[in-house]
Amino acid sequence: MEANKFEEVFESKLAKNEMVEPKDWMPENYRKHLIRQISQHAHSEIVGMLPEGNWITRAPSLRSKVVLLAKVQDEGGHGLYLYTAAETLGISRDELLNNLHTGKAKYSSIFNYPTLTWADIGAVGWLVDGAAIMNQVMLQRTSYGPYARAMVRICKEESFHQRQGFEIMTRLAFGTDEQKAMAQDALNRWWYPTMMMFGPPDSESPNSENAIKWRIKRETNDQLRQRFVNQTVPQIHYLGLTVPDQNLKWNEDKKGYDFSQPDWVEFKNVISGNGPCNKERLAARNKAHNDGAWVREAAQAFAKKRKEIYEAA
Amino acid sequence: MSDNQGPVWEIFLQKKAGQPFVHCGSLHAFDKEMALQNARDLYTRRNEGCAIWAVPSNAIVASSPEDIGPFFEPANDKVYRHPTFYQIPDAIGHM
Repeated sequence: MEANKFEEVFESKLAKNEMVEPKDWMPENYRKHLIRQISQHAHSEIVGMLPEGNWITRAPSLRSKVVLLAKVQDEGGHGLYLYTAAETLGISRDELLNNLHTGKAKYSSIFNYPTLTWADIGAVGWLVDGAAIMNQVMLQRTSYGPYARAMVRICKEESFHQRQGFEIMTRLAFGTDEQKAMAQDALNRWWYPTMMMFGPPDSESPNSENAIKWRIKRETNDQLRQRFVNQTVPQIHYLGLTVPDQNLKWNEDKKGYDFSQPDWVEFKNVISGNGPCNKERLAARNKAHNDGAWVREAAQAFAKKRKEIYEAA
Repeated sequence: MSDNQGPVWEIFLQKKAGQPFVHCGSLHAFDKEMALQNARDLYTRRNEGCAIWAVPSNAIVASSPEDIGPFFEPANDKVYRHPTFYQIPDAIGHM
């Protein structure tokens, strides 16, 4: 087939809402865009284990401890689903991890904020996972097959994450005055960073146009952010907490809330490495990877030995 | 030494006894025992399966997307392979 014929087949797949599979021809920029997006997504899952892992040993009850442990284990699993999806595009696991560890690849800015109190674990599960779900529900129908299938699996698992976070918030918000204040404080600190998770406004989002054209994304950053606010504000009211935004107001015309934008200068600073925890997170990831080298070496040596025994028998 | 993760394995799960094995994703492992254990930890944390197949990725032979037209073409003109090709008299009813 000639090159333009390949392109025609690709375009017609997108037009018919069919999925692109690893062996299909795809434009080089489509492949690059996917590798960037899927690997960022995978790195976010793995780095996202760190702020929550911080509280496993200090969870206030055995129940909350096993739940948090299961959630953090899920995040590790999500990272692995996504890494293997990225690998179908012709990049190796080692290269992907190396890009994370050297700081060449990015991960979600949200994980560069600290989890200071137990209420932060509630806020992370409820708001951060809630925002992630909004994005991931859309990505279940993304145009690249392995990515879409990983998302279906992830979405099934995420809804437990959001509920466990909301449960923590409920207990605190309906607890003592001190507990309620803790819940409000966590909401105040996580509200705007969560809004940043959807990415810059559409007018300033360099990658959005291609992502929509290729059906990698089906909704824009601003659309998803608006949906998140509409969904979350009633939950905040239920908890008896206050949205940390004086401009928040129901707009009957658009059947949605008007709200303040997060500080996009802060966002740029955090993604370019100057957030409160960037250095700590990257150092923790590198340490975990390097400290785990002996496990990989031992597994490899063990497999070799076992193979020799089989072959001798 | 090279910092490698082991070869890639494709994982198939059987949801319940008697049902077909369905591809659910892939993973890295150094040998078949580890592939099964990793598959259990990664793909069956919520009882998604009662049996697992792990197959080395490079053992899989796949059809090429460019050739699917001619490759599957022999089935296209054989309508007589479908029951709807045949007319059964009304008097016979269901067959």
